[in-house]
Amino acid sequence: MRRRWLLWLLLIGLVAAIALSMAMGAVRIELGKLLAGDSVSLMIIKNYRLPRTLVGALVGAELAVAGAMLQSVTRNPLADPHVTGVSAGAGLVAVAIFLAVPTFPMPLVPLAALAGGVLAGGVVYAVAWRGGIHPGRLALSGIAITTVLAAGTSALLLKYSLTANAAMVWLAGGLWGRNWDHLQALAPWALPALGCAWLLGPRIDVLALGDDVARGLGAAVERERGLIMALAVLLAASAVAVAGPLGFVGLVIPHLARIVSGGSFRRLLPVAALLGAALVVLSDAIARTIFAPAELPAGVFTALIGAPYFLYLLRRAAL
Amino acid sequence: MTLTARNLSLAYGERRIVDNLDLDIPVGKVTCLIGRNGCGKSTMLKALGRLLTPTGGAVYLEGQAIHTMAGKAVARQLAVLPQGPVAPEGLTVESLVRHGRFPHQGWMGLVTKEDERAVTEALAVTHLLELRDRPLTQLSGGQRQRAWIAMALAQETPILLLDEPTTYLDVAHQIEVLELVKELNQTRGRTVVMVLHDLNQAVRYADHLVAVISGRVEAEGRPEELMTPALVRKVFGVDAHIFTDPDTGKPICVPRCLVGVGREENAGGASNPTGNL
Repeated sequence: MRRRWLLWLLLIGLVAAIALSMAMGAVRIELGKLLAGDSVSLMIIKNYRLPRTLVGALVGAELAVAGAMLQSVTRNPLADPHVTGVSAGAGLVAVAIFLAVPTFPMPLVPLAALAGGVLAGGVVYAVAWRGGIHPGRLALSGIAITTVLAAGTSALLLKYSLTANAAMVWLAGGLWGRNWDHLQALAPWALPALGCAWLLGPRIDVLALGDDVARGLGAAVERERGLIMALAVLLAASAVAVAGPLGFVGLVIPHLARIVSGGSFRRLLPVAALLGAALVVLSDAIARTIFAPAELPAGVFTALIGAPYFLYLLRRAAL
Repeated sequence: MTLTARNLSLAYGERRIVDNLDLDIPVGKVTCLIGRNGCGKSTMLKALGRLLTPTGGAVYLEGQAIHTMAGKAVARQLAVLPQGPVAPEGLTVESLVRHGRFPHQGWMGLVTKEDERAVTEALAVTHLLELRDRPLTQLSGGQRQRAWIAMALAQETPILLLDEPTTYLDVAHQIEVLELVKELNQTRGRTVVMVLHDLNQAVRYADHLVAVISGRVEAEGRPEELMTPALVRKVFGVDAHIFTDPDTGKPICVPRCLVGVGREENAGGASNPTGNL
């Protein structure tokens, strides 16, 4: 019963965050005018703020769920979509396109970034594989590959420093200029992937008990972990491809969700998804209002909110 | 439900642990594997529980090689609890025990009435009904171990394999866990195979002892017959007195000293302190 209330509460919270995000921005929108059918207000909401907010909500949900999956199946509380190399891979591809191939059609950038992210995730997994996946080896492999890719990104940014502005903005992670096209590109991936994550729930839970216990319960450990991680990489890569690497959503939100939901992954998933969506939507709303009409990337605020909590976790984890 | 090993060979990478082992687990009895650290008894248990793939031979469950069977099919007949399992933070007792139903559930993981009954029963048998909503991290060592055993019980298997279920527990909690195992065997007819470190507990709670040296079975049989000074010396490399427990009539082993250390009658004979013959 308590759980159902919690979900409703979170849902109301997300709707409130979305409403706030509709109201906030460079142009002030008054509810009265909107209800009276003011065409400018309607146009701003319909063409700009609504799609952008929905993209943000979807991206936040994807990152949070991907993080929860990774933390469970690697039994590493500090795992998140970025340590799998996904963000760095997507980032390198996106920056390379922005800088080296200026003629590349812009609508295809997310698709290329998605490919880069998935590829990097695959390389990290392959490097960590030695007859099986050990969480420690996976984390180290992720850090190593991420560092190499980030170095490549830095080299590109320095070489083309005069024209690097657009790439820098992308790298900070944000939702500026995201529209219905982005939502149309993202939703067909994201929604089925989130559904699959829910289906895999019991397997994720069993893997979280450790390899031997999971095997004893009849799980095909390596195959199922591979499948779950591939899905997490897909979720994270599609989010990063559209919104850039939004920091800390995938790391912090799963922990927060676990505290309030407890129990199984199927209970955790909706809580994490709603919290992740709310965090990104709010961060974006703040990011575009605080210095309006200038905009900051939303990633700055997800990081500003997430980093202190991350440090708190580090202290508590007694590593 | 019979569990046997035939020509079983086990290795970790290049390191061979067990070669051509034949072993028959007595049905409906409590069997204890004993031996020194690193003798291969835990490795054998892992192979019996399908946690380790053999390099040769096979483990047979009712005549069928378990490594060729589906994982869930094996897990419906045989529950295995590895040594020192660690639960994710925040997991409650009941959530843990529910995972024991995993092998009975399909792809959707839907929970049936049968699952609910099995979980409640496992909690009741392990006296954890009152603690069902508590996170594992808040429990005592003995309670936590009982919770893991409850998970294995919820699998409702005829065979239960436990790898050192009493490790890290104080004496009272050790007895708590072993009494539970005995009860499960006696009232529910479960076949139990355990690895135990404490020789006297093994003697007391087992119907059948298997003494392991360097990956092979040195001797097996009823504790009353098996437990001799000669065997203890051979298996553990210690000289020991064997007395009879006035309560149970079973043998009690009191170690005196390492073989070949400061004892006159050893001067000419067993001077190999490792006892690996």
